[in-house]
Amino acid sequence: MTDTGFFGRLNWDAFPITGLIQNPNANEIVANSAAAIVIIGVIVVVGSLTWFRLWGPLWRDWLTSADHKKIGIMYIVFAIVMLARGVLEGVVMRAQQAVGPGDGFLAAEHFAELFSTHGTIMVFFVAVPFVFGIANYLIPLMIGARDVAFPVMNQISLGLTVSAGMMLMVSLVVGNFSTGGWTAYPPYTGAAFNPGVGPDYWIWAIVVSGIGTTLTGINFAVTIYKLRAPGMKFMRLPMYCWTIISSSILIIFAMPPLGVAALMLAADRYLDFHFFTNDLGGNMMNYANLFWLFGHPEVYLLVLPAYGIYSEVFATFSAKRLYGYNSLVIATMCIAVLSFTVWLHHFFTMGQSALINAVFGIATMLIAIPTGVKAYDWMATLYRGRIRFSVPMLYGLSFLMLFVIGGLSGVILANPTVDYQVHNTLFLVAHFHNVLLPGVLFGLLAGYNYWFPKAFGFRLNEYWGRITVALWTVGFMLTFLPLYFVGLMGMPRRSFSWEDPSFHPYMIVAVIGALVILSALLSVIVQLWVSIRDREKTRVPVGDPWDARTLEWSIPSPPPPYNFAVIPRVTDRDNFAAAKERGEAYPTPEEYEDISMPRNTGIGFTLCVLSGVWMFALVWWIWWLAVLVTALMLLSFILWTFRLDTEQVIPAEEVRKQHEAWLDLVRSATPVDRDHEIAPENRGLARPDLEAVT
Amino acid sequence: MKRAPTHSYPGLNLGRRHASADQAAEVVTFGFWVFLMSDLVYFGLMFAIYITMIDAQAGGPGPHELFDLYSIFAQTLILLTSSLTVGLAMLALKYNLPRWRIVFWFCVTLVLGLCFLVLEIRDFMAMAEQGGIPQRSGFLSAFYGLVPLHGLHVAAGCVWLIVLGIQLRMFGLTDLLMSRVVRLALFWHFLDLIWIGIITIVYFGGLTYG
Repeated sequence: MTDTGFFGRLNWDAFPITGLIQNPNANEIVANSAAAIVIIGVIVVVGSLTWFRLWGPLWRDWLTSADHKKIGIMYIVFAIVMLARGVLEGVVMRAQQAVGPGDGFLAAEHFAELFSTHGTIMVFFVAVPFVFGIANYLIPLMIGARDVAFPVMNQISLGLTVSAGMMLMVSLVVGNFSTGGWTAYPPYTGAAFNPGVGPDYWIWAIVVSGIGTTLTGINFAVTIYKLRAPGMKFMRLPMYCWTIISSSILIIFAMPPLGVAALMLAADRYLDFHFFTNDLGGNMMNYANLFWLFGHPEVYLLVLPAYGIYSEVFATFSAKRLYGYNSLVIATMCIAVLSFTVWLHHFFTMGQSALINAVFGIATMLIAIPTGVKAYDWMATLYRGRIRFSVPMLYGLSFLMLFVIGGLSGVILANPTVDYQVHNTLFLVAHFHNVLLPGVLFGLLAGYNYWFPKAFGFRLNEYWGRITVALWTVGFMLTFLPLYFVGLMGMPRRSFSWEDPSFHPYMIVAVIGALVILSALLSVIVQLWVSIRDREKTRVPVGDPWDARTLEWSIPSPPPPYNFAVIPRVTDRDNFAAAKERGEAYPTPEEYEDISMPRNTGIGFTLCVLSGVWMFALVWWIWWLAVLVTALMLLSFILWTFRLDTEQVIPAEEVRKQHEAWLDLVRSATPVDRDHEIAPENRGLARPDLEAVT
Repeated sequence: MKRAPTHSYPGLNLGRRHASADQAAEVVTFGFWVFLMSDLVYFGLMFAIYITMIDAQAGGPGPHELFDLYSIFAQTLILLTSSLTVGLAMLALKYNLPRWRIVFWFCVTLVLGLCFLVLEIRDFMAMAEQGGIPQRSGFLSAFYGLVPLHGLHVAAGCVWLIVLGIQLRMFGLTDLLMSRVVRLALFWHFLDLIWIGIITIVYFGGLTYG
């Protein structure tokens, strides 16, 4: 570790092209194509930014912005880019296993890298930033606030998450990623068995994004606790806000175990400590416990916000109040608490006593109770509602049916005796994809379709939206339901080759499903493209295209930087729906006040770049650079604290002018009923529906 | 956001007409409490790891050979006194005493913090002389994962004292800086709390069960 040169242990062998020249085969071609996609992607982005002269606007309006809405959108863009990579990796893996008995076209190491990056990316750099992006955008709008509690910290969180995600992209071009799975269990990932750079990429990406995630959790929790509009009592919060509170609590308590575990692994690898090594008293069970002490709450911190999205979607598109609000709140908090009591079910087979396994098995099954309450509440919301089968609702229905199957397979796995049979098989892979795709991903896509007109002022294309839903649903079922069967037949997960010919038909179906999922991803992009092309026909400047119920729909689309010209007074749950029923939906304010908003700052971007360089230096043992960048990060942060004038004032007169222009627009717009929801005349003013069912 | 506060933020002299400043101070301070809670989980886990690894000495030196309770006693006195001096800075803020009083108590706290760090590093060096280095055993890895983590926090607190002292000299007692004083004081008391855990679990616990 000491005899390293100016560039540490970085040399030409680290670049995949060297491998291709020395040994041209299918495996190297796949690796080089992936590296080429990254490089071409960077060239295209940089080139088009330069060609269209967008560097200035990008810097002024986006990268330095502390506006929660812009930060939210950047999170989502980042998540979708990473989603593309994660899906492609999934397709390659399914293709490898579909080749048939034998070794396929990938090398074993390469396959191991694929499932490691696929898991790491999908959890930390797709699901988390997508959830945070939507929450960032919505939370202040839903509670009637002008921004999150700590706008600049929000920007820093985004910077850290993105720089950590970029490390995974860099690992495609320089060196290799870990082969230890997304869980990176030592001692396999320790220095003795894995001296290369792979686990180091994993460690630093996890540590840095973990810091960003923790800060976001603190930010959301404080925002919801402290910045609610007057009258917005806890039991008047939209359901989505409740799920974000629970997620934030999970983040605040569950991210530290991950950080601790990753840093201890780093100490083992870099400084020759003995936390998890095989010799001198190291104990890998500490790692397993720490990792899953984080890992299980993590899945709930991802799925709870999706539950929140579904709650909003079911209520709006059934034109009804959400059924069983109180029970949903209680169920959400129960899930949040119970999620900390079940981590051991991830390693039933690792040598605990039968009693301990039984306790954790029962605790795991208990989670099905509050989740079941939720499923029934959603169905009761639909019951006798005036349902519109819009895109978010279709995602919701697909979720209701598929997610219950996934949840039940989880209850099966919660039984330790069953788990002994199917652990480490594709049955488990089928289970968690069955909860993560219909649960988290469909929820996020439903939210994306639902709130897109709020963020950009025009609706997404309904036709392509429906095709996308169908492709995701069918693709999911074809890909993952067969894996239940091969799992029960005994096919281990993460195997790059297999021998039993009876697996083959299932593997063929699964790869076809993977291609359908790929086309679903393309369909998402086509939908966006078509929607942007036809945007003049779908504009909703008044702001309420779906006859929705919560505060964010009571303001213009897209909202002004300060969100609310005048902070609303909340008198009801579903305040906007109640105001519409009373005919007081768009009040004319008596007076306007100066609004102070956070100024732009470059600190988030600075820390993003510096932390990226810092991670790279640590991975490749370029010590002088690591020390230098550490000093620069500290210095830039300290210097930033010397800037005290962080607010700028928007004068009341300007707010009045903008708001009155919008109110004129509201008065001149024609209200549309729900039968014309997707027609061009829907400008975002809803006609009161038939008798609202409560 | 506009809810009128019923009373001003305790311990800060933000003045009667500073309702929004009080609100801002409350949000920021609450956020800092939440951060400390998360940080506390870090320490809690490191304590747990230490306890599980107390027997993993792998034939290397253990607590009885390595721990010097006289030095720990001195460090405890120094750190607890520094908590008192940070408290005196807070009282100076609360009772509108001149600004130099706050900076003065910051300086005293800084000196005490640095003394603590010097003693702690001396301890580590003495341990290393007897073979007590983190590479020797799981037990020592756990020790060096926990106690220097606290030391690192103290060092960060010292940097913060210097930076905030300079800012107080430069800008005077603005609302923002006053709320930073509150947060720094919270942080410093938090370090004391962790230290009490360390002497109880790491040192006394180690000597009792190790």
